Amino acid sequence: MLEVDDLHAFYGKSHILQGVNLRVGEGEIVSILGRNGVGRSTTLKAIMGDVPPQGSIAFKGKPIAGMKPYEIAHSGLGYVPEDRQIFPSLTVGQNLLLGVKSGGRNRRWGFKETYELFPVLRERAHTAAGVLSGGEHQMLTICRTLMGDPDLIMIDEPTEGLAPQMVERIAVLLQSIAERKISILLVEQKLTIAMKISHRLYVMGHGRMVFEGTPADLRANEAVRREWLEV
Amino acid sequence: MLELVLVSTLNGVLYGMLLFLMASGLTLIFSMMGVLNFAHASFYMLGAFFGFQISQLVGFWPGLILAPILAGFIGALIERYGLRNVHRHGHVAELLFTFGLAFVIEEIVQMIWGKLPRDYRIPPSLDFSAFTIFSTNYPAYKMFMLLFAIGIFVALLLVLTRTRVGLIIQASLTHPHMVGMLGHNVPRIFMLVFGLGCALAAVAGVIAGPALVTQSNMAALLGPILFVVVVIGGLGSLSGAFIASLLIGLLQTFAVAVNLSISDIFGVFGIHTNPLPFLSDIWRVTVAQIAPIMPYLLLVLILVFRPTGLMGTRDT
Repeated sequence: MLEVDDLHAFYGKSHILQGVNLRVGEGEIVSILGRNGVGRSTTLKAIMGDVPPQGSIAFKGKPIAGMKPYEIAHSGLGYVPEDRQIFPSLTVGQNLLLGVKSGGRNRRWGFKETYELFPVLRERAHTAAGVLSGGEHQMLTICRTLMGDPDLIMIDEPTEGLAPQMVERIAVLLQSIAERKISILLVEQKLTIAMKISHRLYVMGHGRMVFEGTPADLRANEAVRREWLEV
Repeated sequence: MLELVLVSTLNGVLYGMLLFLMASGLTLIFSMMGVLNFAHASFYMLGAFFGFQISQLVGFWPGLILAPILAGFIGALIERYGLRNVHRHGHVAELLFTFGLAFVIEEIVQMIWGKLPRDYRIPPSLDFSAFTIFSTNYPAYKMFMLLFAIGIFVALLLVLTRTRVGLIIQASLTHPHMVGMLGHNVPRIFMLVFGLGCALAAVAGVIAGPALVTQSNMAALLGPILFVVVVIGGLGSLSGAFIASLLIGLLQTFAVAVNLSISDIFGVFGIHTNPLPFLSDIWRVTVAQIAPIMPYLLLVLILVFRPTGLMGTRDT
């Protein structure tokens, strides 16, 4: 579904991505692990066109490198940034409405699914989104992107700064997304949640992938964990 | 006295609403693109001249509809093929672009319509007095201007808060990248907002043209006041622009109507001779005489004591 080959990206003169290769299949949950500053978020931004990418990015068989972010979004790629970017002065309902694309079909995910999974968002539908808690922001921002009916959703650090039971609920949400045959590309810091829900994992270090495999493979490979993940 | 207060209040609110028609577009454009559009008052002038030309051919009312559409269309084209290309060279380049654009529009208007005022008339259907306050006949056309401006304001508010496009515009004001990544064509929204802002300024031009003077210097006369309004209101704040428009509108109309001088004010306290003879010129200056500089005085005071403006949050 998503095929990235030899992806490079720069911030000014610093060479952040140095030949990233990765694959995400249909209905698959794939996580990118790694320490801060190795280029995980930049990988997502480059795929989304928010950072100019060099290299080959194909989505559903079509090259998308060089396209504008809104065109990439329209081709069925959803993105949830790390800083969430809620529209604070708009209501929860309006935030969700803005996730719907013009001429959108909205088959797999709508207000009904959002409110069923997160009743608190229904209760707050007419409240300004700015006053929600961190966990509610995260639910809202993921659901907002889902409203656009993406075939693949890229989520950057969804559990960062959240309380343990909220992390649990995000994990449930991610699995229910995958059940609807929406692929997930997840950037995570917490090993536990990524190991629990992912089908495959990448470990990233210094601008490229240093490990690829199943959660079981990573559990067995202590050297990779020690060198690239554990602090 | 009461008569003066009533008539001045009506005139002040009317002038304020006209200012707001322009300031609202300027503010929207600024908050969305970060561009202070120096040519904004030029679209007000274009509105007046288009309205005048159309009124010569088919009458006032078609002009009221067509002139803003035409000006808005020109604005959208300028954004799409001019400003958008200049944008990648930064804000200074954009500022210079709009600055130059103001001169270009003024020269073109002079080439086509000349430098002398044009005879843009109030439509006959509105050429009567609406009511009489004591001895002042208040013209129906002025009431029409006031109501029309308020109507446009309400429509703008409804579009911004009740429609999907309005929501996209609101969200793009603060998070244009995120709006783009949700699949909305943000550059097209920018073009739309620029065109809409220019159309609003042109509406002000069409309705003000017959009441004021339709002349090629009308943009240069109004432009500076417009910037005073948006800076006092707080750059990027619509509600601030609204308050500042009314404030400046009332301030200017009342100041013109007041014939007090400094000597009169001292006279109230029983001082009838000028204590400082070398300042005798200033002693006799009336409020009405300094009315034109009052908005700028207010601007300076605001910038000293509240640099973000009345309602602004953004650094200027």
